[in-house]
Amino acid sequence: MSSAYLGMPAFPQAAKAATQDARLRANLRRATHTIRDKRARAVGELDDWAALREAGRRIKDQTLRHLDVYLLQLEERVTSAGGTVHWAADAAEANRIVAELVRATGESEVVKVKSMATQEIGLNEALAEAGVTAYETDLAELIVQLGDDLPSHILVPAIHRNRGEIRDIFVERMARWGRPAPEGLTDRPADLAEAARLHLREKFLRAKVAVSGANFMIAETGTLVVVESEGNGRMCLTLPQTLISVVGIEKVLPTWQDLEVFLQFLPRSSTAERMNPYTTMWTGLGPGGAADGDGPRAFHLVLLDNGRTDTLADEIGRQVLRCIRCSACLNVCPVYERAGGHAYGSPYPGPIGAVLTPQLRGTGSEVDASLPFASSLCGACYEVCPVAIDIPEVLVHLREQVAAQPGHAAERAAMRAATWLFEHPAALAAAERTASATRALHPRTLPLGPAGAWTQARDLPRLPAEPFRTWWKRHRAEPPAAPQSTGTSQPPTTPQPPTTPESTP
Amino acid sequence: MTSRDAILDRIRAALAAAPEPEPVVRDYRVAHVPVDDHAAVVDLLAGNLADYRAHVHRCTEPELPGLLARLLADHGSRSVAVPPGLPASWLAQADGVERVPDDAEAPLTAQRLDGVDSVVTGCRLAIAETGTLVLDAGPGQGRRVLTLVPDHHVCVVDTARQVVASLPQALPRLDPTRPLTWISGPSATSDIELDRVEGVHGPRTLDVVLLA
Amino acid sequence: MRVALFATCVNDAVLPRAAIATVRLLERLGVEVDFPEQQSCCGQPQFNTGYRLLTEPLVLRMARVFETYPYVVTPSGSCAAMVRDNYPRIGAKARAEDRGEELAEAAASLAPRVVELTEFLVDVLGVTDVGAHFPHRVTYHPSCHGLRVLGLGTRPLALLRAVKDLELLELPGAEECCGFGGTFAVKNPDVSAAMGADKVAAALSTGAQVLCGADNSCLLHLDGMVRRRHAPLRTVHLAEILAATETTPWRPGSPA
Repeated sequence: MSSAYLGMPAFPQAAKAATQDARLRANLRRATHTIRDKRARAVGELDDWAALREAGRRIKDQTLRHLDVYLLQLEERVTSAGGTVHWAADAAEANRIVAELVRATGESEVVKVKSMATQEIGLNEALAEAGVTAYETDLAELIVQLGDDLPSHILVPAIHRNRGEIRDIFVERMARWGRPAPEGLTDRPADLAEAARLHLREKFLRAKVAVSGANFMIAETGTLVVVESEGNGRMCLTLPQTLISVVGIEKVLPTWQDLEVFLQFLPRSSTAERMNPYTTMWTGLGPGGAADGDGPRAFHLVLLDNGRTDTLADEIGRQVLRCIRCSACLNVCPVYERAGGHAYGSPYPGPIGAVLTPQLRGTGSEVDASLPFASSLCGACYEVCPVAIDIPEVLVHLREQVAAQPGHAAERAAMRAATWLFEHPAALAAAERTASATRALHPRTLPLGPAGAWTQARDLPRLPAEPFRTWWKRHRAEPPAAPQSTGTSQPPTTPQPPTTPESTP
Repeated sequence: MTSRDAILDRIRAALAAAPEPEPVVRDYRVAHVPVDDHAAVVDLLAGNLADYRAHVHRCTEPELPGLLARLLADHGSRSVAVPPGLPASWLAQADGVERVPDDAEAPLTAQRLDGVDSVVTGCRLAIAETGTLVLDAGPGQGRRVLTLVPDHHVCVVDTARQVVASLPQALPRLDPTRPLTWISGPSATSDIELDRVEGVHGPRTLDVVLLA
Repeated sequence: MRVALFATCVNDAVLPRAAIATVRLLERLGVEVDFPEQQSCCGQPQFNTGYRLLTEPLVLRMARVFETYPYVVTPSGSCAAMVRDNYPRIGAKARAEDRGEELAEAAASLAPRVVELTEFLVDVLGVTDVGAHFPHRVTYHPSCHGLRVLGLGTRPLALLRAVKDLELLELPGAEECCGFGGTFAVKNPDVSAAMGADKVAAALSTGAQVLCGADNSCLLHLDGMVRRRHAPLRTVHLAEILAATETTPWRPGSPA
């Protein structure tokens, strides 16, 4: 994956900094809560959402089960429509293919449509090394590129920036990349969008080569689909002479009809719209080929593996390949909201990143090994996922892989001890009685280890005078009786903190 | 071994023991509104277009040239791109507006179109539930660049023949081999604080004429 | 009717009041409650931390201990969810690894009989008014596993609404996780604490005196944060509220 993410710290360390950044927290909270409520309304408009979701899940599972067949069909259709199909086993090969295609045009710059696949492979850096400048044209990607920053959200890569910060980046940095920001630029979103329009228009009009991804590829027709909002996608897909699309192999769908499912739930899940402003669909060079003068004269499709076939081999993990990158899971995730996207150490942040990145990259690095644990398993992601990826299930599955790696000896020993104790209820009962009997000696905080982590922000629980099972033995011996007092078979033995007055009898 | 063969081999190996998944069941709705109430479907289209900041107008065939002339005038347009196959009568009353025709012999460049104020087109069809216009580069629509570079797009929908209720109704009527552009309101972005604002690279003003 | 109580390890060792209240409540409603003493833990901490194989003996123990009961009632949404959602997975994985049918059979036998307390009250006993009295302002946090895995829905709220003199206050952002998440709380302490702080703040904003939940593991985390802040709020398990009556009112105090 991209060199930009090499040597990232483990998730908990990166997240710690984020939780202490008040401005970041405010930006993320505002944005995610805004879209969360809107999404719920957009989804609520369709009373057959569950049926669409089930159909989407099954279409994807069928596609993945016969992925070789559909990719070959796609290749044949794209080729017969005048396109050229390339296959890239990994990021390095994909980057090499794209760089050579650009070099063959004699151009030294490309315009880019926002694309997760090219983020994943670090294409911009690779092109820079080959002497080619890649201009990001999506507004949020532009903000990230101008700010020499990293994306922090799948849909809105600059979600960590508020309007004031964006204004400052435009004012300070636009001139270095081309047309400067207008004089007196305000932080009104409409003015910021206008500044981006002016800055990028000259690039669109002179560009000869564009690089895109695709949201969907239709095997039966060879059609590629790009879903967008701003029109930068249309500019890149329509104006240049050469179009190079880098697309993960899992983005194929079997039939044209399948779009009736995915185009209903992608925009609603993503931007909470009934439909995104612009969708472009093209099949090779079109019915008239290069001669009809509509769109590029050369089209290259680069099919990218880069870890996807490894993911496909994992019975539990392969469901992650259903992902359509809508980012609904990010917007509802309480961990993402507080940790921010950068803590995930890859272009794929949030819950989907926590299950996708460790499968694409493995769990060798510190950050990748920490990602499956970057979740409270609350399940909000699974609930909103339009293709029903059971993200908590995959997280736990990946935790098992990480726990089997070296470096977990102490944790494994503790877990083994716990299982032993739970397997020996007599010993458990004795331990509980001892703990209760010595409770006056227990501190409220502890300095080290898991207990130390607990007491950073919380007091340790006060242990009861006796465990439940001791009470039960006594209760069992009592004759069945009329209503009894609840829960206070002994008088309080420790002073109460000054809480609500009514709660004291 | 080529990467193509390597990837295909890896896919087949990965799936060697995978069970056949459940078959696809399409028991979702064909449409979310009664499709035989055409007037209601057209009203829904109008409402959803307007909801995403398209300006919606309704007129009859004889009123169309006058309406188009007024829309161009209201926008202050001095030039209008004209796709091949656009009925000549549509722009008959647009006095004082330069016609800039696109044709196969002399295709307009993007640079030329950047200096054109408006474009008037028809469409292939419109989808009511999502407020979407679909253009397929056919007669009266032209190459994709025409509706992209000018800042003002006027799109005429023949409501009797071109309006469908839903996506499942729209897809079978479209030819996937043609270049397709789906338009749902003017250019917009949610990239600043996930709040939608209209107007970035595509036409910032979208007038839709629903022709009775 | 005779049912088994699955008290859960947390309630047994640390917060016995909820288990005691569950016994009192069910007995008041005419249910005969048994507590098979060979029970211990459902294995959720091991499983969710990535130690599936260490969970397996506990799956077998649970199935054995509760073998003869038509219902196994537990005052914990997450432990019920562990059995119902994850035990079948553990069985399926063992089968896929060619390690026999024993775990799959244990899971299939036990999972359908394990019910969370509010499910048992509303669905099995068919009651929402359990005759409770609790004259305090209460807000309810629906813990994630109860909310999303079990789908408890409005059952807890229906039970609380029927409690005499209880003023129920809506918790803003109720469906959002409190940040406990088992070992998440110690593996990602900063994010966990940030989530917990927001949950406590939301509860305080309602003006409630009591933050009620149906999962003591979440309440343990929230109570630790409340006490660290000396905030004017108590965390109380739903079972304790439902067990309280005018003659035997709920009382704060040292646990059991």
